[in-house]
Amino acid sequence: MGKLSVNLCGIEIDNPIIPASGTFGYGYEFADLYDINMLGTFSFKGTTKDPRFGNPTCRIAECTAGMINAVGLQNPGVEKVINEELPKMAKVFNKKVMANVSGFAIEDYAYTCQKLDACPEVGWLEVNVSCPNVHGGGMSFGTDPKAAAEVTRAVKAVTTKPVIVKLSPNVTDIVAIAKACEEAGADGISLINTLLGMRIDLKTKKPVIANTMGGFSGPAIFPVAVRMVYQVAHAVNIPVVGMGGVSTAEDVIEMMLAGATAVEVGAANLIEPYACRNIINDLPKAMEKYGISNLKDIIKGA
Amino acid sequence: MKQGLFTIETNKPLTDNVYLMKLRGDVSDITASGQFINIKLDGLYLRRPISVCDRDDDSVTIIYKVVGKGTEQMSTMQSGVLDVLTGLGNGYDTTKSGDRPLLVGGGVGVPPLYMLAKQLIAEGKEVSVILGFNTASEVFYKDEFEAIGAKVYVTTVDGSLGIKGFVTDALADIDYTYVYTCGPEPMLKALYRSINTSGQFSFEERMGCGFGACMGCSCKTITGYKRICKDGPVLEKEEILWEN
Repeated sequence: MGKLSVNLCGIEIDNPIIPASGTFGYGYEFADLYDINMLGTFSFKGTTKDPRFGNPTCRIAECTAGMINAVGLQNPGVEKVINEELPKMAKVFNKKVMANVSGFAIEDYAYTCQKLDACPEVGWLEVNVSCPNVHGGGMSFGTDPKAAAEVTRAVKAVTTKPVIVKLSPNVTDIVAIAKACEEAGADGISLINTLLGMRIDLKTKKPVIANTMGGFSGPAIFPVAVRMVYQVAHAVNIPVVGMGGVSTAEDVIEMMLAGATAVEVGAANLIEPYACRNIINDLPKAMEKYGISNLKDIIKGA
Repeated sequence: MKQGLFTIETNKPLTDNVYLMKLRGDVSDITASGQFINIKLDGLYLRRPISVCDRDDDSVTIIYKVVGKGTEQMSTMQSGVLDVLTGLGNGYDTTKSGDRPLLVGGGVGVPPLYMLAKQLIAEGKEVSVILGFNTASEVFYKDEFEAIGAKVYVTTVDGSLGIKGFVTDALADIDYTYVYTCGPEPMLKALYRSINTSGQFSFEERMGCGFGACMGCSCKTITGYKRICKDGPVLEKEEILWEN
């Protein structure tokens, strides 16, 4: 095993770098630029039971050191993802991929996860109980420990693949929710999803985002993410996938010191399409600079 | 798509708030008119997508209007190097034009039609162009289109230059086989209803990445959901679905 490799919920990955769901599509656009097999894995665009167009545009707003998105889980639905996207994805990516799943009812999550459980390409299920951009679901499951636990249990009952529950930062006590998911059988926790944010256009004097609010991401949220990863990693005994504003190899090291076993990179992919490649290439030098011989050794080291 | 560093060669005003910038670098991925480039600017998080006005062997020309922080910052640059993504978007398809294509541009929708006009003329086609502006002082590139041999009609809303009114008011006198257009959505919609041929329409939307990864700029079309940045910005007239 290399000095960058880590074990994520029973699966060894070459390095801890994972493009975050919603910022990497199904990998094709990036596979045109570089060999995406260099990634640890990637979390493909969030999948729901039924096809979704998502929210009306404008879906994007700029912020200082970040951005707001309100895409609203646009995806072709689980059937098409399995029949069309996964086979195409397999042509550009030969490692296990992470399937990100969202829902509007507990049965939706279970249905979608059961379907994806049958796909050999899928290594992990990342269960998103934290999407801020859809009404009547998503984040509401992630803001209540009981509901988050119920989703976790329902999903665990239909799959043998590791289940990583993706949590929302838009809560008062993220530790309580993480613990509830762990008790319900989660194999890992990933955090943080985006922070609920809003911008107003001074010319029109109306919200920039058609859906009024959206998810705030980018380097601006990195300190919040590090704090929450630290809190959760010190409260649970399952692996934590850290994300939120990670843009450089140094950010990855900081996230791992806070307690992350692996690190997802989100918004950075949209601004710098080579972001993940650059981070992976930069990691050995950054490790050397900070006297780190093996990345595994620094997890939760802070 | 390609990422490259581009040197600012020219950056000059064409009108009060419209600028022309010429950037030198690797333009090999710019394969069609109607494509755009996405520019990283210091201190701003999102890149700025700007349509390609023209390219030669080692440079690309863009024309942009100062509408916000990014374009304002661009307007002040006299030199320097920019991180640019090139070869974005599908661009116009010249094979469908017929013998007498009509190009219709409104405001800063005019620039991408210039490279298109050059291509169509090089293919031996008889090109007419309608350039729509609000007033005479906003007009740019009339002479450039004439210099390459296009028949140019200018419309201004206040009648201070050319035909008084909107681009649609110039249609009656023109004999055309196909329409290529770019401009504000109300103009596109009016044109869609006024023309009697098929055509290609270039759309604009607020983008996250500009290369198809984030689904920030999706729209509904008759042939399914499309990403303006990757599957567009040019849509065939027959697939357009007006939502409002």
